[in-house]
Amino acid sequence: MSGHNGSSNGRVVPAAYPPPVDSKKEFVKRGLDPEDELIEVGVAIVGGGTAGLACANRLLQLLGDDPETMERLGEVPVAVIEKAKTCGGHNLSGAVMNPGPLRELFPELTREQWRQEGFAFGEVKKEAIYALPNSKSKIRIPPPPPLNNHGNEVISVSALARYQQRVAEEAGAYILTETAATQLIVEGGEGSDSGQAARVVGVRSGDKGRGKDGEELGNFEPGTDIKAQATVLAEGCWGHVTGAAIKEFDLAAGREPQGWELGVKEVWKVTKPLDRVIHTLAGWPLKISAKYGQIGGSWAYPMKNEKTGEDLVSIGFIVDLDYADATTSAHDLLQEIKLHPLFKGILEGGERVAWGAKALPSGGYWAMPKLSMPGAVLVGDAAGIMNLASLKGVHYAVKSGMLAAESIYAALKRGESSFENYEHVVEDSIIGKDLWEQRNTRQPFQKGLLRGGPIVNLMIATKGRFPGGRWALHRNDAKPMFIGDSKDSYPKPDGKYTFDKLSSVFITGNATRDDAPNHIRVQKHVPREVAETWRWMCPAGVYEIPEDAPEHGMVDVTVNYTNCVQCGAITAKGGRLTTPEGGDGPLYQIL
Amino acid sequence: MKICVLVKEVPDAAVEKRIDPSTGRMDRSGEKNLNPYDTHAIEAAMQIREGGVAPVEEIVAVTMGPESAVRALHKAVSLGADRSVHLTDPAVAGSDVAATGYALAKTLQRESPDLVLLGQQSDDGECYTIGAVVAEHLGMPSLTQVIKMDVADGALRCERQAEYGYDTVQVGLPAVISVGDAINEPRYPSLKAIMGAKKKQLDTVGVGDVGIDASKVGGDNSAAQWVAAKAPPAKAAGEIIEDEDTGETVEKIVAWLDERKLI
Amino acid sequence: MPNILVYALHYEGAINKNSLGAVSEGAKLAAQLGGEAHAILLGESVPHELAATLGKYGAKKVLVAEGPEGLAQPLVDAMAAAISGGSGSGGSGGDYKYALFGGGLLGFEIGAGLAARLGAGVAMEVTGVRAEGGELIAERPILGDSAISEIKYRSPVGIIIGRLNAFEISDASGADAPVEQLSFELSPHAGQAKMITRGEQRGADVDIEGASILVAGGRGLGKAEGFQLCEDLAAAFGGNTAVAATRAVVDAGWYPYAAQIGQTGKTVSPKLYLAAGISGAIQHKVGMQSSENIVAINKDSNAPIFEFSDLGIVGDLNKILPKLTDAVKAKKAS
Repeated sequence: MSGHNGSSNGRVVPAAYPPPVDSKKEFVKRGLDPEDELIEVGVAIVGGGTAGLACANRLLQLLGDDPETMERLGEVPVAVIEKAKTCGGHNLSGAVMNPGPLRELFPELTREQWRQEGFAFGEVKKEAIYALPNSKSKIRIPPPPPLNNHGNEVISVSALARYQQRVAEEAGAYILTETAATQLIVEGGEGSDSGQAARVVGVRSGDKGRGKDGEELGNFEPGTDIKAQATVLAEGCWGHVTGAAIKEFDLAAGREPQGWELGVKEVWKVTKPLDRVIHTLAGWPLKISAKYGQIGGSWAYPMKNEKTGEDLVSIGFIVDLDYADATTSAHDLLQEIKLHPLFKGILEGGERVAWGAKALPSGGYWAMPKLSMPGAVLVGDAAGIMNLASLKGVHYAVKSGMLAAESIYAALKRGESSFENYEHVVEDSIIGKDLWEQRNTRQPFQKGLLRGGPIVNLMIATKGRFPGGRWALHRNDAKPMFIGDSKDSYPKPDGKYTFDKLSSVFITGNATRDDAPNHIRVQKHVPREVAETWRWMCPAGVYEIPEDAPEHGMVDVTVNYTNCVQCGAITAKGGRLTTPEGGDGPLYQIL
Repeated sequence: MKICVLVKEVPDAAVEKRIDPSTGRMDRSGEKNLNPYDTHAIEAAMQIREGGVAPVEEIVAVTMGPESAVRALHKAVSLGADRSVHLTDPAVAGSDVAATGYALAKTLQRESPDLVLLGQQSDDGECYTIGAVVAEHLGMPSLTQVIKMDVADGALRCERQAEYGYDTVQVGLPAVISVGDAINEPRYPSLKAIMGAKKKQLDTVGVGDVGIDASKVGGDNSAAQWVAAKAPPAKAAGEIIEDEDTGETVEKIVAWLDERKLI
Repeated sequence: MPNILVYALHYEGAINKNSLGAVSEGAKLAAQLGGEAHAILLGESVPHELAATLGKYGAKKVLVAEGPEGLAQPLVDAMAAAISGGSGSGGSGGDYKYALFGGGLLGFEIGAGLAARLGAGVAMEVTGVRAEGGELIAERPILGDSAISEIKYRSPVGIIIGRLNAFEISDASGADAPVEQLSFELSPHAGQAKMITRGEQRGADVDIEGASILVAGGRGLGKAEGFQLCEDLAAAFGGNTAVAATRAVVDAGWYPYAAQIGQTGKTVSPKLYLAAGISGAIQHKVGMQSSENIVAINKDSNAPIFEFSDLGIVGDLNKILPKLTDAVKAKKAS
């Protein structure tokens, strides 16, 4: 992508330095291996998170009552492919969840039982929203209607995934943990002699035992083709195989480009229980002018652990990755905001017990790709099903997983090969309805909070009817970056309330082989502005600039990929995260 | 030759170890995995089989543990064991090393193995001892800390590190060998093997099935009784520096050393 | 009379230091119980003069048994025979209530085998023992040394296996002890193991025990070449400085066995112990924990070594060591 020097108004655009990757060529496998080398399953679900496991559990519920169809799915009717050591290991969210869909999925399970199982931490009774004008004061603001959590439940998606995994296993699912899905397997379509349209026939699992330079080590074990009658892509926010599928089947045609936000979260053991759900919107410490483009907010949720009796608090900061100041750092903004009396008071005398980071899709309705393709469907965050105005995605993930299960089951039962019906049921469900209402609430923020804010409020107040139309989104990596001064206000870690990135990564239980190959694709020689963007953005400290690099112009980038917690942010801002070896990465437990 | 591999499930290294306040014993909830040292033992068995020097008819994985221990057996099978045996019984819960070794030996007796392999230590408990207990009950020689093992003419030639250097010991079969992690690089299981693991034969046995005298096992019958746990003598905490600016860090180190006249 | 039987390891005409500590500790405890500590030595024609010297450390009698050295099973046979006091035990009536081992690999193997043979209670990694009400209570650390548990014995004989260096010599002024030959039968399975080579040193012979500064490297160095960083730093310190290693890297062939510190290596207590890329697992800790000043560099902030180091640096040793080497050189030159 040369031709222009990648800068605009003297600023530099990360998109001008695309990562060395060719999605269709590398991540799409044309044709299956011979029969005796592959594994055959009925339904392959890529990703053992909230949506993937909800899909697995719903499918098994339906198949449990229909032995005939179950038989047709073969020896392994449902397989879930999860790259972490266990389901939940890579899952992270706030989270305050609308209880509806999960109660629908497990009608016999009461909310009290949720808490005893250890994935739920209490019903929301009180709520407060603040704007922080500066580091000392706060202004309480009335909650915008989408942000009303009364009756919702504070949960941990990491713990929920562990629970769902147990249920799915007991119901007969094969949960293949420590297994990465690296390629989409497609038959037919371009380059094939069959003349048939392209169809997803499964996924290929990743190799194990490669060295730093990709060479085969002594205990090298190649991946395997997993052939499936139906494939569900439930990979979450940055969907590796999902990205390839979107390109292969042109699922983003006619859609706005997807964007992402980055959330950094901590869980603290506290001495006095928090009595309310707290959100802060915009304001300090963000720089809300269009020049800096920082949109985001923070949260603090009370968590009562019924199993241990401990009082915990989930606390985090989200920043839209559309910002322009390269020194914007979600991790440091979280550390900064913890020193505000509002949060410090909550954490006083407490102890940090967990840390993690994860990206979320921000584009909403207009950026959602087409949700089905021949042979496969998209669910959850991978499908961009996320409602930022209400900060909700978990119950939609459950719902979309259930709807996908029902559509696939119905099609398989009738011997049909198309899963397109899934798109219609999603559109007609609460997912379609809610996301349609909020479809334009992100875009005005691209003008900055002050100019965009009022428009957003208007849209929310009128449930999307005014001003209507379709507002455009631009890609996060197309934003011109400059090296600003956000970093000047970040606190130096005191080891008590604030912490550095390195020690934060360590408490995630991140276990990656020192001689594992690099799973991150970025250009290694880029303008300083791009390098600084990555360096500050990454919550795990993966990207470093050598001390002797020049202050301006092109610099080298060091990639400490063994620190990576696979949050996905780099994919939004000029790089591409691919799947590391299965089993690598963090082991989130209560995030 | 028939090889039995003793395996154990242990808490994942990332899970914080603590005492459960309600029972006063080690809190064993949380993620569990196959003991990493046991993967070296399974790999050693596989290398004997693949080495072709001594024909191996069967590799059997054996474990003693609660219901969840079947996962360790599945993992062992996915790595190459042909079948597995699970000793599980409330009577053995809380057994110490001596009782556990006795119970495992009775379970192994049924199998009449020519060679028993195990990891020399587990991350969560005692090291170097269970092999010796098992061997004594089976009337077999035992060697631990073995980092090299070759089969020849019905005997093993083992290398192990001891107090004065490396020993080379010739051990006649049948024998119990506890291996160290330097002995080999364990393989990764293929997906086919992982998925096929659940289908392999898994025998669940209780104390009655293998002739274990219940009065010799279990927490209450331990000949060595844990009576209390207390905090160790307090020690002055050391200083910790997180390295961000290496130049600065190094200056601090030099200053610290200088203060104590170590430079 | 409640007596304690203490195992003594010997090699090339000398008794292992930890065994001497165990004899000394055994003598102290036996006196508190109103009994005696006897030592036992097994080997090929063990010189009685050597055995008698254990009297200096408090043994009131030393049993000498004939058998192959460096293996555990023959000692299980011998000690079981002495404890059971059956025929061929030498006739003097053992009356042993406890068997004591001073740590070290063979101690673990023998103690555990003996526990199985006698159906006796066994505690290992013991760091302290005390007499109370005519009984011995053993203490051992658990949960990565974060707590200490106490153990009482219910069996007629209790077996105590000490952690390396847990027992120290308290008194070496005793008189030579009477030596008695113990005759016992070698069990069939004990005969199945034959020592071919014992105590082979691998790699160069280096002396680390006399050094006042040690720069030690572990797995965190990443590869054998990583030891160059340690050697450069040691050279910068100059004087009486040496490089040491953990068992894991010695087994992997990155550094000679003579430089190994820990459970099956050497025990050191230099003025400064600088550990690079070492996690601080107990097997290593026991060999260096009494160093005067412990400095640790490790990129994992949860590494156990940070719990007992005096100065800990969380960071990348590949960055820190070279800069530290330069800074030490500069400081020394100034």
